[in-house]
Amino acid sequence: MIKLHNVSKKISSGTPILSDISFDVEKGEFVFLVGPTGSGKTTLFKLLIREILPTEGTIIVGDWDIVRLPKKKIPHLRKKIGIVFQDLKLLMDRTIFENIVLPLELTGIKDKDALEKVEEVLLQVGIEKHRNKFPIQLSGGEKQRAAIARALILSPDIFLADEPTADLDPKTSQEIVDLLVEINKKGTTVIMATHNASIVDTLERRVIALESGKIVRDQKKGKYGSS
Amino acid sequence: MAHLNTTWKHIRRSPYQATAAILIMTLTFFIVSIFAFVFLGSSKIINFFESKPQVTAFFKDEAKQENIEALEAQLNSTGKIANIKFVSKEEALAIYREQNKEDPLLLDLVTADILPSSLEISTVKIDDLSSISDTIKKSPFIQEVIFQKDVVSSLTSWTNAFRQIGIALVAIFSLVSIFIIVTVIGIKISQKKYEIEVMRLLGASMWHVRWPFILEGIFYAVAGAFLGWIISSSILLYVSPFLSSFLRGIPIFPIPWIFFLELLGGEIVLAVILGVISSYLAVLRYLK
Repeated sequence: MIKLHNVSKKISSGTPILSDISFDVEKGEFVFLVGPTGSGKTTLFKLLIREILPTEGTIIVGDWDIVRLPKKKIPHLRKKIGIVFQDLKLLMDRTIFENIVLPLELTGIKDKDALEKVEEVLLQVGIEKHRNKFPIQLSGGEKQRAAIARALILSPDIFLADEPTADLDPKTSQEIVDLLVEINKKGTTVIMATHNASIVDTLERRVIALESGKIVRDQKKGKYGSS
Repeated sequence: MAHLNTTWKHIRRSPYQATAAILIMTLTFFIVSIFAFVFLGSSKIINFFESKPQVTAFFKDEAKQENIEALEAQLNSTGKIANIKFVSKEEALAIYREQNKEDPLLLDLVTADILPSSLEISTVKIDDLSSISDTIKKSPFIQEVIFQKDVVSSLTSWTNAFRQIGIALVAIFSLVSIFIIVTVIGIKISQKKYEIEVMRLLGASMWHVRWPFILEGIFYAVAGAFLGWIISSSILLYVSPFLSSFLRGIPIFPIPWIFFLELLGGEIVLAVILGVISSYLAVLRYLK
C-alpha cells in the first residue's frame, strides 16, 4: 500500500529533515509513528500527500509514484488519503456539518447523498448532536472527532493522523484511539503519529520510531520506548 | 451548482466590496450605453440630412412666380440638376403644420405669409453642388441658401469627435473596472488563503478553487452591465419627449425596443469578457 525507498528531504539551507527513510506499510496495517518533536513525523505525512517533494528517493502510495505524479493528479491522490492534521485545519467560519461535507463537495456528489454520508460519519465518530455548531463551540476531543469525520468522509484507503491525541485528557485520548482502531478494523490502513506512550504500549501495534529524521526502530509489536 | 453557491456566499459575506465592484461596472456600462445612444442618434441625424435635397434655396417675399420659374429654368439649363422641387408658401405652411400638429400654440402664431417659398435641389454629381449654390446665391430674389453638405460634414466631424471621446472613456473605465475587480477578488483570495490551503490539502483541484472567483468577477460585471443599461435606458425614455420635439422631423423616435435588447445583449457579452479577464488576472496573481 505504501512504499518508501531511501527517501531524504532537505530544506533549502541544506539541513536534512529526513535521511534515507525506507519502509513498507501493508494494506490494513495500523502503524504508530513515534519520535520527539522535530524528528520528521509531520514531514513524512506531507510527503505522502505530495504537499512537498522528497529531495531523494521514491515514494509509492497505492498505484501512484508520488515523485512522478503529475500536478493535476494530486487532487485524486489526496481524495484517497484521509488525513487528520496536527492543527486540525477546521474552517472556523463553517459549521461542523459544512467542514465535514467539504471533501464531498469536491467530488460533485448530489446534496441528498452528501447529507446521508455526513450523517453516517457524524454518527460513527459520535458528534451527531454538534452538526450545526461552529468549531469554536466544541471541546478539544469533539474537534478531533470532527477532523476525523472529515478525513473519513470519502472512505479513504489510507488514514493518516498527526498527533490526534495531543492536548487531550487520557480518557478522551483513549476514545480517539478506539475510533482509529475501529476505522482500521474496517480495512483502512492507519498511520498515527504520536507522543502518547501509554496508548502505543497498550495497543501493541507496529511502531516506527524516528529520531533526527532517521528511522531508529521498526518493530511489529512495538512499544513507545526502545526496551 | 456548488460553485454558484460558494460564489454567492463570497458575495454575501462582503457586501461593501461587492457594492464597490458593481458600482464601478455600472458606471462603465452607463457610459457605454450613453455613447451607444449618441452613436445611434448621430448616425440617424446624418442619414436624415444626407437623404435631404442637397441645396435648399429660400426666396425673398418679393420674388414672383416668373422670377422663380426663370431661376428654375436657368438651373435646369446647366444640365447638372438631378431633381428640383418648388415648395410654395402654402406647402411650407402645410409642412410646418404637420411637424407641429401637437402644439396648437405654434400653429396659431404662423401663417403662410411669414414662411418663405423655396427650391429643393439635388445635383447629379456632388461636386457640382458648389457651382449650383453659387449660381443661386447670385439671384437677387434669394434670401438664404442652406447647403446640406456643410451640415452633414459638420455633424460628421462632431460625431467622430464624440466617438473618439466615447471610445477613450469606455476604454479608461473598462481598465479602472478591471483593476477594481482584480483588487476586490485579490482581497477575497487573501482573506480565504487558509480556506484555500485546506481545500487544496483535502483534494480540491486548482479549477475547483478558481471557479467561484471567476464566477464572482462575471457576476459583478453582469450586474453592473444590467444596472448601467437600466439607468441609461430609463433616462433616455424619460427625456425622449423633449428630444423628440427638439429633433422634430428627424425620424429617431420612438427608439425600437429591439435596439435596447441588442444593446443589453452586447453589454452582457462585454461584461462576461471583462469579468473573466479581471477575475482570471486576480486568480493568476493571487492564487499561486
